[in-house]
Amino acid sequence: MNVADGAERRTLRFAGRLDADGAARIWDNAMRAARQTGRNRTLSLDLADVAYCDLSGTALLLTAEAAHAGRTVTVGASEELQALLDRARATSPRKPAPYAGNQLPGADPLGLLRAGLRSAANGAAFIGEALIALWRVPERRRMLQPVEVMRFADQAGVRSVPLLLLLGTLIGLILAFQSAVPMRRFGADLYVVNLVSISLLRELGALLAAVILAGRTGSAFAAEIGTMKVNEEIDALTVMGLDPMTMLVLPRMMAAMLVMPAMTLLLDIAGLAGMTVVMMAFGFPLVAVVTQIGRAVHVGDLVQGLVKSVAFGAAIGAIGCREGLGTGAGPRAVGLAATGAVVGGIVSTILLDGLFAIIIYRLGF
Amino acid sequence: MSASPPIIDVAGATQRFGTRTIFRDVSFSVRRGEVFVILGGSGCGKSTLMKQLIGLLPPTAGRITIGGDAITEESGAAERDRALRGMGVMFQSGALFGSMTLLENVMLPLQMFTPLPPEARVAVARVKLGLVGLADAAALMPSEISGGMAKRAGIARAMALDPPLLFLDEPSAGLDPITSAGLDQLILDLRRDLGATFVIVTHELGSILAIADRCIMLDRHAYGDEGGIIAEGDPRRLRDESTNPIVRAFFRRQVPQTAEAA
Ligand SMILES: Nc1ncnc2c1ncn2[C@@H]1O[C@H](COP(=O)(O)OP(=O)(O)OP(=O)(O)O)[C@@H](O)[C@H]1O
Ligand SMILES: [Mg+2]
Repeated sequence: MNVADGAERRTLRFAGRLDADGAARIWDNAMRAARQTGRNRTLSLDLADVAYCDLSGTALLLTAEAAHAGRTVTVGASEELQALLDRARATSPRKPAPYAGNQLPGADPLGLLRAGLRSAANGAAFIGEALIALWRVPERRRMLQPVEVMRFADQAGVRSVPLLLLLGTLIGLILAFQSAVPMRRFGADLYVVNLVSISLLRELGALLAAVILAGRTGSAFAAEIGTMKVNEEIDALTVMGLDPMTMLVLPRMMAAMLVMPAMTLLLDIAGLAGMTVVMMAFGFPLVAVVTQIGRAVHVGDLVQGLVKSVAFGAAIGAIGCREGLGTGAGPRAVGLAATGAVVGGIVSTILLDGLFAIIIYRLGF
Repeated sequence: MSASPPIIDVAGATQRFGTRTIFRDVSFSVRRGEVFVILGGSGCGKSTLMKQLIGLLPPTAGRITIGGDAITEESGAAERDRALRGMGVMFQSGALFGSMTLLENVMLPLQMFTPLPPEARVAVARVKLGLVGLADAAALMPSEISGGMAKRAGIARAMALDPPLLFLDEPSAGLDPITSAGLDQLILDLRRDLGATFVIVTHELGSILAIADRCIMLDRHAYGDEGGIIAEGDPRRLRDESTNPIVRAFFRRQVPQTAEAA
């Protein structure tokens, strides 16, 4: 391409092949030349020497035309090329919407937390809706299938047993080992049992079970329901007079609440077993460890953990389903819903746990 | 045309998304036992209008009654439910339940709303699948069938409860001409034998002329930047007599001469 300047006219003379490669080579120069022509001069695009021009070349010519503020003329175009240009010109928008490109979003470390808090708040409202749906189950009995509850319980609970056992044992081992070293200096190593069993039963069992539930099941709920939403399946249910709340949400929430105490109990037991291994390695006989566990913990500690776990299950199940039902359009939205379910589930678990701590302290346990 | 009472009555239906007015002031009525077709270019709001008619999308403005029951009133939830109960809907995407086989998809409404025992449900569902030519595909999952099969399964499911009013969004899109003609025949047969009313969104010119009693045509630029109805009536008369350039172009499969492209 070369540029020839006259007093009233600047001519851009194009030559050779104007395909994607050709256009790429001269794009920036052509645009600069077009922009700098000045509004009172005519921009003339000389196409006499163009051997071939496809739609990429057409885009180059039209963009140059648009970059120039004043009048533009095209000269020397073959009949076909002129027709192509006219057609493309007629169908391009006069004021194209600016294209921002595929940009990375700005870093926002608190955004995730904020999103988590938001979905936790939405989840609370959603639990209200679920309660209303539960209230109306008697008139919609057919929509709530016990088989479904069992299926989700299997998916959420039974299939997570290996993970629960592994995680529980490891946590028991690590906690016992880490606390045994400093405690031993005070000659209080037997009290490691008290420390570990109380924290496991009251807190860690339910918390870890909640994290596993949020990661494995809350996200799955959101993805399943989100995909149904994207495929218009939720709409189809609604027009059939089938309530998505009763058909999809209640069985999942019930399953989550049902499996959480069992998951928590398993984690507790596995954790205690892990701790026992460490204590025995430190030279305590099994009987001594077991007796000490019996002395350290009360049924109240266990019950406290289990009750909390049911509440965590309700929150995680509700948030997973809500994120799914709130899915926007497109496959990316399903991924966002799953992420929202995990983050919201964990944030709400922590909030609930804090709430429980206050309540239990007030009640004086 | 006899003066049977309208089963659907739409008055001034309008839909806005943000600042875009997809259509406004859409008014028409559908008579009982009629095959009513909604026409229009891609993206003009046909599916959106259908979503309003089936109660999924509250119109920005306007009033819709079905069988005399208003579905757009805020208050009358019971009235709305009753109106929606009598309709079967096929979505543009088919919207089959992905976790169930085709047979189970068709059986679901039967299980929920009829006292039929399980074996009877299976039998009824098989009949419906057979009618749309899917007798052999009953045990397949939605992920295992083609787009055209999904549409037909969607029709079978919409017919599950023998609703007196059926909404079909582009039933024959993506079907070969023979299956498509079979579907047209099925629609006419059901109308004749069961007295069903059909509201159908379609682009298929042949299908429109073969089955439609009346139609409306939507256009994105009916009122400048706002969409709405540009023609209404018997499609055969519209084809022969309309002076609207878009309508003429549509029936002649041409690019409109006065298009906004100029
Ligand atoms: N939820 C929504 N939010 C915003 N815009 C929407 C939404 N749903 C539809 N639209 C817009 O409404 C317009 C009409 O969409 P609709 O799906 O009704 O078109 P259609 O006539 O069915 O087209 P087709 O023939 O391609 O199916 C489109 O321009 C679409 O972008
Ligand atoms: Mg559509």
